[in-house]
Amino acid sequence: MNSVIHEKYTVAQDDFANAGKASSHIKEHLKEIGVDPQVLRRIAVACYESEINLIIHAYGGDINMDVFDDGSIQLVFKDKGPGIDDIEKAMTPGFSTASEKARSMGFGAGMGLPNIKRVSDEFDIQSSPEGTTITLLFRESK
Amino acid sequence: MIAKDIVEAIEAKPLAIFNEHLLKKEYTCAFASDLMSDALALIQNSPESTVLITGLCNAQVLRTAEMLDVEMIIFVRNKVLSDEDLEIAKEMGFNIFSTRFTMFQTCGVLYGKGLKSIYE
Repeated sequence: MNSVIHEKYTVAQDDFANAGKASSHIKEHLKEIGVDPQVLRRIAVACYESEINLIIHAYGGDINMDVFDDGSIQLVFKDKGPGIDDIEKAMTPGFSTASEKARSMGFGAGMGLPNIKRVSDEFDIQSSPEGTTITLLFRESK
Repeated sequence: MIAKDIVEAIEAKPLAIFNEHLLKKEYTCAFASDLMSDALALIQNSPESTVLITGLCNAQVLRTAEMLDVEMIIFVRNKVLSDEDLEIAKEMGFNIFSTRFTMFQTCGVLYGKGLKSIYE
């Protein structure tokens, strides 16, 4: 697979004022190139939840989006730590370590990671104290 | 329910009408929560026909609606958006309302008038 479109966005820790802007741009761009609305919604939900995670849980990080020549779309969220202690726990609906600030913004319900996995066609998560990388792949139909 | 009838039933006031033709649109269900992660996880079918009811009043509600393609938002307990957030709503073409009713009362009235839960 070759990447035909590549975009990179940088997200800063605790930058609630701009939370969701990267996801909004990504959604808009993918809409312009004609991605199916149902797939687009899944991508937007996963992207936004992951972007929020970079802001509330990580020391910031990057979002890399690739559109491949077979029409699949990959999103990679790479942060700078502190890592997830127990991935299995973090994947459990309802489990959350979010701060009061994050909760006051409407997040921290413990639905983020399980929801990201649910809407993605492929989901991979790798984590160490140096950082967490989440790789998501979306195809035209699920 | 037609948007206009929803607004009348809960005595809501428009905070912003950025999409006039949606006032005549039919909405079939509603989802009420202050947790946007719940909205993102649970509003899966027909978000275009779903009204988001919330007591949370910030840009993240607008972003959540944007990601889901939800077009109508009702804030309860007379909450209002900041001018900055209204600018974001304008970009997105949303219609936003505010009611003096509590979330419980808002949901009760609209459910009684025929608006359904997102799954029943």
